[in-house]
Amino acid sequence: MSLLDVAALDARYGLLQAVRGVTLALGEGEILALVGANGAGKTTLLRSIAGAHRITSGTIAFDGVDVTAMPANRRVAMGIALVPEGRRLFGGMTVEENLKVAGRVRRPGRWNVDAVLDAFPVLRDNYKRRSGDLSGGQQQATAIGRALMTNPRVLLLDEVSLGLSPVAVGMVYESLQTVIASGATIVLVEQDLGRALRIATHVACMLEGNIVLEGRASELTREAVTQAYFGLRRADGGRAS
Amino acid sequence: MWFDQILQGVLLGGYYALLACGLSFMFGVMRIVNLAHGSIAVLSAFVVLSIAEAFHISPFLALVVALPIMAAAGWLLQVTILERSLRSGSLTPLLSTFGLAVVLDNAMFQKFGANTHSLDIGDLAFASWNVTPDIAIGQLALLTFVVAVALLGGLQLFLSRTPLGRAIRATSEDPDTAELVGIDSRRAYAAAAAIAIATVAIAGTFLAMRATFDPYTGPTQLIFAFEAVVIGGTGSLWGTLIGGIALGVAQNIGSQISPQGFLIAGHAVFFVVLAARFFIAGRDPRTLIRALRRAPA
Repeated sequence: MSLLDVAALDARYGLLQAVRGVTLALGEGEILALVGANGAGKTTLLRSIAGAHRITSGTIAFDGVDVTAMPANRRVAMGIALVPEGRRLFGGMTVEENLKVAGRVRRPGRWNVDAVLDAFPVLRDNYKRRSGDLSGGQQQATAIGRALMTNPRVLLLDEVSLGLSPVAVGMVYESLQTVIASGATIVLVEQDLGRALRIATHVACMLEGNIVLEGRASELTREAVTQAYFGLRRADGGRAS
Repeated sequence: MWFDQILQGVLLGGYYALLACGLSFMFGVMRIVNLAHGSIAVLSAFVVLSIAEAFHISPFLALVVALPIMAAAGWLLQVTILERSLRSGSLTPLLSTFGLAVVLDNAMFQKFGANTHSLDIGDLAFASWNVTPDIAIGQLALLTFVVAVALLGGLQLFLSRTPLGRAIRATSEDPDTAELVGIDSRRAYAAAAAIAIATVAIAGTFLAMRATFDPYTGPTQLIFAFEAVVIGGTGSLWGTLIGGIALGVAQNIGSQISPQGFLIAGHAVFFVVLAARFFIAGRDPRTLIRALRRAPA
């Protein structure tokens, strides 16, 4: 049985349909790279799974439980955590407070303040600083650490590298390796196709609200993903021979 | 003489800070200007008075009994009225709390009549210490000041050091993201409202100890509380203490200049601070609220 099952999910922003009948399944320990151009519906899909966006139809099941009507805070308690696009830190609070506020309702698991600081050493030196005063990379590390503090069973990462310098991106991904090594289940939305494909076990490419290509990362060619990304090729083509 | 007036003004400022504490907390956390604040303070005074008279106990003990009752009322107020109002925009809570004030004032008038009341605290009402032959410090005034500082300090500590306090601050900053880290923002707001109304109950009790009150005393108290909050910077707890003291000192100095100067001087300080913030904000009414507001405590 899959850990996360999304079936026929539709989501709108007013008259604009951002996600159209998306169906996907994610098993424990899998890393799904959700790729696609701007406006493809990736962020809306992630926010819908996390409960931050109200869907118009479809179902979301987590560990066999239908969470479609469940509010976001209860999904967190079940083990779904989102690192939102733009980090969305509590800027008036310190790094320590950002981590601890998420740890208030955390599930049992390996992640606590010490484990997060070990995984993201950059946070140790900035532990008492206001998160609003941090650099982009430090803020991203705080945002990921904050999500980890809830001890999620599935971690939804939205645009990890967006707006970061190459050095900061490298630092964040280096730290993410610790998270991946812990056996985390991850859905990763990432504009940097190369990075996404390097760490993903599975890939789904979205175009205009639909998933137009999906499969194991090892079975898909970079060219096929790129073509689906730009809408040059659809559906099941492009598997590596 | 001036030193005495300033000293008495500082102590009076403690009362204003105590009165404004709940108003400041509610605005800082929930962005609600509670126009029923004064009426709820008077309602609390009536609740404490009723408990003290019914069980023949000290008003301080009656306050201990009234606190959870008023906190529960705050929780109920949030989930029944304020939460719905907030969903309809920033103006609706103003209207709904204004309506609530009218309902409360008239309900109290129906129940308790037009007579003035006060809480009997015996000798404490007029006892004082003579610091010098010319300067005396009222024991109740000093107690009020100490309670105000303790309450504001306690709230500050609560917000910065406790898990619930951090959850309330996170919800205040970004309720949607708070939900994404597992916080039930509705509960956090309801807890904040319960705390705010409990502090109003303390203020209402001290109002009834230091002066007489009737069902229509609330609006006047709201004005003083509002002035203290605006002078100190809305949403800032320590700013509220400074605002209360500034208001109290201005009123006492004003009373030395002219018999009508007590109220006029307080309003003048409020107006000058408001105008200064308005001016700094670039004379744009839309930025007034942002100019008034400082970071939540």
